[in-house]
Amino acid sequence: MTQASSWTAFSTVMRRDLMVVMRRRSDVLNPLLFILMVVSLFPLAVGPGPDILGRIATGVIWVAALLSALLGSERLFRDDFLDGTLEQLTLSPHPLSLLAAAKIVVHWLLSGLPLVILAPICALLLKLPSEAWLTLLATLVAGTPILSAITAIGAALTVSLGRGGALLSLLLLPLFIPLLIFASGAVEAALVGTAAWPQVLLLTGLSLLTLLLAPFAVAAAIRVSVN
Amino acid sequence: MWRWLHPYAKPEVVYRLLGRWLPWVAAAAALTLGAGLVWGLVFAPADYQQGDSYRIIFVHVPTAMLSMSLYVALAISALVGRVWQLKMADWALAAIAPVGATLTFISLATGAIWGKPMWGTWWEWDARLTSQLILLFLYIGVLALYHAFSDNRNGAKAAGILAMVGVINIPIIRYSVEWWNTLHQGATLTVFERPPMANSMLFPLLISILGFGLLAAALIFHRMRNEILRQELRRPWVKNEFGKELNEAERT
Amino acid sequence: MAFDSWQAFIEMGGYGFYVWLAFGISFFAIAVLVINGLRARTKLQREFDKEQRRQQRLAQRKKEVS
Repeated sequence: MTQASSWTAFSTVMRRDLMVVMRRRSDVLNPLLFILMVVSLFPLAVGPGPDILGRIATGVIWVAALLSALLGSERLFRDDFLDGTLEQLTLSPHPLSLLAAAKIVVHWLLSGLPLVILAPICALLLKLPSEAWLTLLATLVAGTPILSAITAIGAALTVSLGRGGALLSLLLLPLFIPLLIFASGAVEAALVGTAAWPQVLLLTGLSLLTLLLAPFAVAAAIRVSVN
Repeated sequence: MWRWLHPYAKPEVVYRLLGRWLPWVAAAAALTLGAGLVWGLVFAPADYQQGDSYRIIFVHVPTAMLSMSLYVALAISALVGRVWQLKMADWALAAIAPVGATLTFISLATGAIWGKPMWGTWWEWDARLTSQLILLFLYIGVLALYHAFSDNRNGAKAAGILAMVGVINIPIIRYSVEWWNTLHQGATLTVFERPPMANSMLFPLLISILGFGLLAAALIFHRMRNEILRQELRRPWVKNEFGKELNEAERT
Repeated sequence: MAFDSWQAFIEMGGYGFYVWLAFGISFFAIAVLVINGLRARTKLQREFDKEQRRQQRLAQRKKEVS
């Protein structure tokens, strides 16, 4: 038997995870609907005036992003933990951090990417002035990978506990704060007409750093949870 | 270094050592803390701007300083526990977290109380108060994760990973909050940024910092001994050690 | 000494409420921490005693059987 290359292992894990999700379409659609629901609740709560909506739009969209990332966190490892797949993965000859990275990518494809696609609709619903749209999109593209990576750490830590939901948000939300601050800062800068690229660059840098380090933390967390 | 350290990784040795230090550290803590606070409360002169309200500083500053360094100590012991698989590091983690969380809470509460007479409001979204609040959240996360596991060893490992992730994030959080604060700031709040203090205020402050440090050490030692006992209660050495201690306690 | 009288010390130049509230909360929080640790220790002592008695009983039983 020839040893599969690490890249093959990476893409196999990814493809398998995507396939599992695709078998249950509702898992793909529900987060999207969830984001739309959250976003459309706000105008009902604070009134439809464009001045107030435009000001809180970024915050609302980003909070929706945080919540939808948390919502999708169960899916990351729970089933694999219950049916023993996770244990098999730890025994594979490939570095576990690489396989964890594949899981992070899948999580992003299912919760980050839909958000990026939905962002224009959300911006429209929340009457975000059009000059800030591009910046909002840029922050989402740069920032949502951080969400997926950190969520994966938390999900791996709590997967063996059964009742992870509230605990997971307790662990993760403080870690999301810089993301929230820089993303809304960028959009605000775009709204008042100053340069938003420093914040976007900063987010990109943070994102790369997180993506580099998070797989190792996820791998360590999986090892703790499995034994 | 390993050969030197190894005998100290044995639970009974650590237990005995901590037991020997604990009374001294506790006594020193009581002494310095008492001296620092009495000096600060009674003998130090009132501040010419803030009057006597500044006396909160003698609790606020030491606890704020310790809250930060204890989180770093938490992460370091988590790292040691991960790298060398030392059980002792796990116990240290379990002992440090509640002490650090309490001190963070104290610094936050005293900061808010100080804010009321100075800023006219209990809570101001000031950069330092905000990052202290987030630090408290991080502590609570570590504690919650530790206690969520029924097996303490796994709980310590998981909480350790979280603490390490948190300690990488702390500088980012601090920076982002500071940046956010300059962006949204209404009025400049300068309660915490003071001109160099007069010696009559600085000395009691330094003594209280030392006192709180010793207090934290004593609390951590005590908790660590508890943690060791809890894990090792059925081991033979506990029978000798703990039984002897109990007998001594009964005689006195 | 910064205060002339006991009364002035309590009043803290008008800031008495805040100063004593801050010190009170701090003291309370640390007291909770200390009591929590001490109670954990007494609980461990009780558990230890129980374990000792159990082992003694076992030893006794063994002696009786043999």
